[in-house]
Parts: sequence; structure tokens; C-alpha cells
Amino acid sequence: MTREAILKYKRRLALRNLLILMGGLFLLLVSLFVSMNAGYSKLSILDTLNTVAGKGTATHELILFQYRLPRIVISILIGAGLALSGCLIQGISRNPLAEPGLLGINAGAGMMVILYALLLGITNFSSIFTLPFLALIGAAGAAISVYLLAYKKQEGISSERLILTGIAVQAGISALTTILIVNLDDMRFSIVSGWQAGQIWGANWQYVLTLLPWLCVLIPYCLYKAKSLDVLNLGDEVALALGMPVEKERRKILIVAVMLAACCVSVGGNISFVGLIAPHLARRMVGPKHQILLPVCALTGAVLVCIADTLGRMLIQPSSIPTGIMTAIIGAPYFIYLLVRR
Amino acid sequence: MKQRQETLQIAKWNHSWMAFVLILAGLGVLVALMAFSITRGVSDISALTAFEALFRFDPQNSHHLIVLDLRLPRVIASALVGAALAVAGAVMQGVTRNPLADSGLMGLNAGAGFALAVSFAFFPSLSYLQTILICFAGAALGAVMVMSVASLRRGGTAPMRMVLAGAAISALLTALSQGIALCFDVSQDIMFWTVGGVSAASWDQVAIMTPFILGALACAIAASRQISLMSLGEEVAKGLGANIKLINAFCSVIVVVLAGISVSVVGAVGFIGLIIPHITRFLVGVDYRLIVPVSAVLGSLLMVAADLGARTMNPPAEIPVGALIAITGVPFFLYLARNQRSSKSL
Repeated sequence: MTREAILKYKRRLALRNLLILMGGLFLLLVSLFVSMNAGYSKLSILDTLNTVAGKGTATHELILFQYRLPRIVISILIGAGLALSGCLIQGISRNPLAEPGLLGINAGAGMMVILYALLLGITNFSSIFTLPFLALIGAAGAAISVYLLAYKKQEGISSERLILTGIAVQAGISALTTILIVNLDDMRFSIVSGWQAGQIWGANWQYVLTLLPWLCVLIPYCLYKAKSLDVLNLGDEVALALGMPVEKERRKILIVAVMLAACCVSVGGNISFVGLIAPHLARRMVGPKHQILLPVCALTGAVLVCIADTLGRMLIQPSSIPTGIMTAIIGAPYFIYLLVRR
Repeated sequence: MKQRQETLQIAKWNHSWMAFVLILAGLGVLVALMAFSITRGVSDISALTAFEALFRFDPQNSHHLIVLDLRLPRVIASALVGAALAVAGAVMQGVTRNPLADSGLMGLNAGAGFALAVSFAFFPSLSYLQTILICFAGAALGAVMVMSVASLRRGGTAPMRMVLAGAAISALLTALSQGIALCFDVSQDIMFWTVGGVSAASWDQVAIMTPFILGALACAIAASRQISLMSLGEEVAKGLGANIKLINAFCSVIVVVLAGISVSVVGAVGFIGLIIPHITRFLVGVDYRLIVPVSAVLGSLLMVAADLGARTMNPPAEIPVGALIAITGVPFFLYLARNQRSSKSL
């Protein structure tokens, strides 16, 4: 191939990726808009537009800005965060089945959040702010124990054993949580079971404010690490030969992935399978280069959770199907497909 | 050669002796534990009163009523379910030669739970017996789905792959049943039916489940020689003249009946079918003629003990039995999974 042809090919590739990125953004906007219209109290499209433009009635503004929008924004943020976390974990473990939910990270984070919420109660703004930190402790604990339990001296970590260990640890943690919450009053019990089913519980702006700074730091850091992920993808030997401190880099990325999952789960509830599907879909669309894969993956995850949340709200009214259940219904068949494929 | 045969003979004799002792002692302990379990609970009842309730029943006495109408059916139900789950696990492990087989891990429990949700949502006026039959269908559905997902890939029935497939199918079926339950507003009914564990067991339930479980247990014992053959490997079994298809079909029916009925009574309680057969095998060796009955006794013991713990650890609240057993089962599972050789690539 001549130099010119390569350049041309590169330009076309860049254009295509740009188009996919724009398409993803467009899809996100559409699902955001549809989601704003979905729910128990009907708003016509015109009403929504008017309200967004600042010319709506007080009730409409209340519904849209105080109830629906925070929930939608949170679902988008969680989707992006969990998808990125899954993408990072899949990248460093080179395991197509890895996902924060399946590895017990979500369950560990959830247990800390539940314990905190139940022992002290979430009352004021500062206590909401501490949620992600606590979730981080639980998530890190779960991740470390899964890693240690799956590790064998001679064989290292096989991908199947990693997932099996994750599933088992997750089962243990949720059993423990069930026992801990047993003598709660009904209200607290329903909060906890809502969390376990992946009900987006923190549906107000305070939770958005809690989550946002974390993502603002972590997501750019992910993108900054895209090159390292690409190199790691070539295999440990090649990465070492290229002069990369493999284990150190991998540890850094793993910490970021756990942090992402923990902070998302702490406000969003137990939402699984997003971290599994979104990276796979994104890889299908743009290939394995992380510089473009990571943003597309985040967009895919955001759209997925937004759609799942909207569907959950549309299917039954006035209550809703928890988002976590919806993502599991969409995601489990994909997991099965991944098991069957090849 | 002769000496070796003699040692084998002795080992065999030892194992049968061990099994005999285990069954007798186990049954003795089981009866004692059940009696103790009847006296404990939110209101403690003296052993004497419990004894009187059984033999000189006085309908005016509220303690007698508690013993006879609440605690006794519950204890009997947990003993039966424990035996059923343990034997289901033993049969699955023997026939499929998969040490990680368990009705919970292989999707049977989730399938039965899904069937339960469907029947509550769409056919709310079914009788108890019909609901149980639907649970059988659900358990069979779960098992078939897991088997087909695992075997769609070459070399797919390796233990680890089976468990992964089971986890995937269970996740799907559980999410679907939760969704259905919420959509049709029947989650309360299902909760009442399952999550309460054996707490809601009544004499009517016991009367219906007993013949099923005892019948399936008898069939399992009758088939135990064939299960031993299967546990040697399909080729060996074939060479020894076993009808593999027949055995597989027969054992599948046994397992589906046992798992389905257990779920219909206590909900998704996992890990009994995993733990008990392993302990039993450790105690009495690899002969399924011994493993099946001993598993039944030990399974009953575990379930009755867990139910007792669930009721008395934190009164008046009850800890879900499934969670209590999962806490002991998870480390066991991790230990077993660690010793599995994993298939190389994924």
C-alpha cells in the first residue's frame, strides 16, 4: 500500500469513527428526550419542549426538573461509568466475560452502602457525599478477595475461574446482606430490596452532584490511559518489550475501574450486565483501539441504561420495573450468547 | 492380587458399615433435632407440652395448637425438602460426573421460580397440586436451557462451563420472574409462597409433597446402582451393559421432581445439593447405593438445623433459610471450584 492510500484509509477511518460518535450522541439525545416524556404523568411533546425552554407551567417544571431529569441524568452517568469500568476490566484481564457486576464488585459496594444507610440513615447532604467512599471500601474488598481466591500459583488466573469466583463471592455477599437486613422495619427493608434489584434510588440533584465530580476525574483519566490499554492488549510479553511496567499499569487501571463501578453503584443501585454488553457492542462498531473505543463505549452504556430505565418506567405505572432488572433482561441473553459463541 | 482384593473387600465392608451407622445415627439425631426444633421458636414450649400435644392433644391449649399446626408441619417439610435437594444434587453429580452440579447452580431452581411467577401472573386460580406440576415444568425448562447452552459449544459440558451457563440462565430467569412479578403485581404472593421458606408450610402442603418426594427418593435409591455405573463414565457404563439413555431420562425426571417440589415449598435454596453429596462421598466412598440414602439423611439434618437457626438466631424476625445455607455453601463452592481444572481458552 502506498503512503497515500494509508493516509486515505486513516482519514476514512477517522471520519467513520467521528460519525459513529456523533450518531451515539444523537441517539443519547433522542433517548433522553423520549425518557423525559415517559412516565406516569403524561407530558405532551410540546409541553416538554416548552418546559425545557423555560415557558412551562409550575407543575410541569416540577415534574420535569425535580423528578424526571435527575433520574435520567443519573441513569446516563451510571451507564457511562459502568460501561467504562467493564471496558477497562475486560481490557486488562483480556477476559471477554469480565464485568463489575459478575465479579462481585457491585455487591461489595452495595453491602457497604446498605450497611451505612441502615445503621446511620441517609439524612443530609454530607452523608450522601460520603457514600462513594464507603462503596469504594466495599468494592475494593470484594475485588481483592475475588482476585486472591481465583489466583493459583501455577496457573495464574483463568478467565472461567475468575468469573466463577466472582459469582460465588457475589452470592455470599448478597446472602450476608440479606441476613444483616433481616430485622429492619418495612420502609428500610424496601429501600434495601430496591437497591438489590437495581432501582435507581437517588433520584435527585444531590446525588447527581455527588456522582459528577468522581466521573469528571475518572473518565478523563480513563481516556488518558487509552494508549496503555492498547499496549496491554498486545499481550504481556509485547507490552514488556515495548517498555511498559505491565503489572503497575494494570493495577492502576484496575483501581480506576473499581472506583468507577463503586461510585456508580453507590448512587445507582445494583445494575448489572451494562459493563458486559456495552464494551462488546462498542468493539463491534469501532474495533479494539481504546482511544475511540472508550468514548463510544461510554455512550453505548449511557444509551443502554437510559433506554432500560425508560422501558422500566413505561411498562408498569405508576410504579416502575427497577432498572437493574431491565438491564439483566437485556444483558443476560447477551451473556449466554457470549458463552455459546465460538 | 489376592491381598489387594481382600483390602478392597475390607474397604467396601467398612463403607457399608459406615453408611449403616450414619443412616441409623443420622435418623436418631434427626428425630431428636426435630423434637428440639418443635420446642424452640418465638414462644418456647417445654418438651413435655410438645409431647402432650402429640399424644394427648387438647384443642383448647394454644401451645398444643402451635406445636401441631405450625411447628410440626414446618419441621417435617424442612426435613423432606432437605432430603430432596441433597438427593437431587447427588443424582446430578453422579450421572453428569460434574462435581459442581447442584439444582441451584444448574438453573433448576431459577426455572421453577420463573414457572411460579408465570403461574401466579397468568393462571392465578390454580390449585396447589397444579402449581407444583408447573414448578416441575419450570425446573425442567431451566435444566434443558442450561444443558443446551453448555453443549452448544464443543467440549461444553465441562463442570465450569456448566456452572457459568447455569449462572447466565439463572440471571435471565430470575430477572424475568422479578419483572413479571412486578408487572402483574403478584410479587407479594410469590414472596409469601417462597421467601418465607418453610414458615408457611401447612399440613395440606405436607400431604401433597410427601408422596412426590418419598416416591422420587425411592426411585433414586432403586436407580442408585445404575447411577454408580454412570459415575464411572459413559463408555464404562455402556461396556457394563447399562442403558444410558434410559438411565439419563429416568434420573432427569427424578431430579426435576425433587428440585421442582422443593422450590415450590421453600423457594430457591441452593448449595444443599452441592455440599451434602461431597461430604457423603468423603464418608462412605463412591458407591451411590450408599451415597443416595446417606445424602438424604444428612440433607434433612442440614435443612432442619438451618431452619432452627433461622428461627432462633434473631427472634421474632426470621432469617431466610436460603441465605443462611448460602453463607456456608459459598466457601465450599469456592474450594471445589478452585480445584477444578479450567478449560484453557474462552
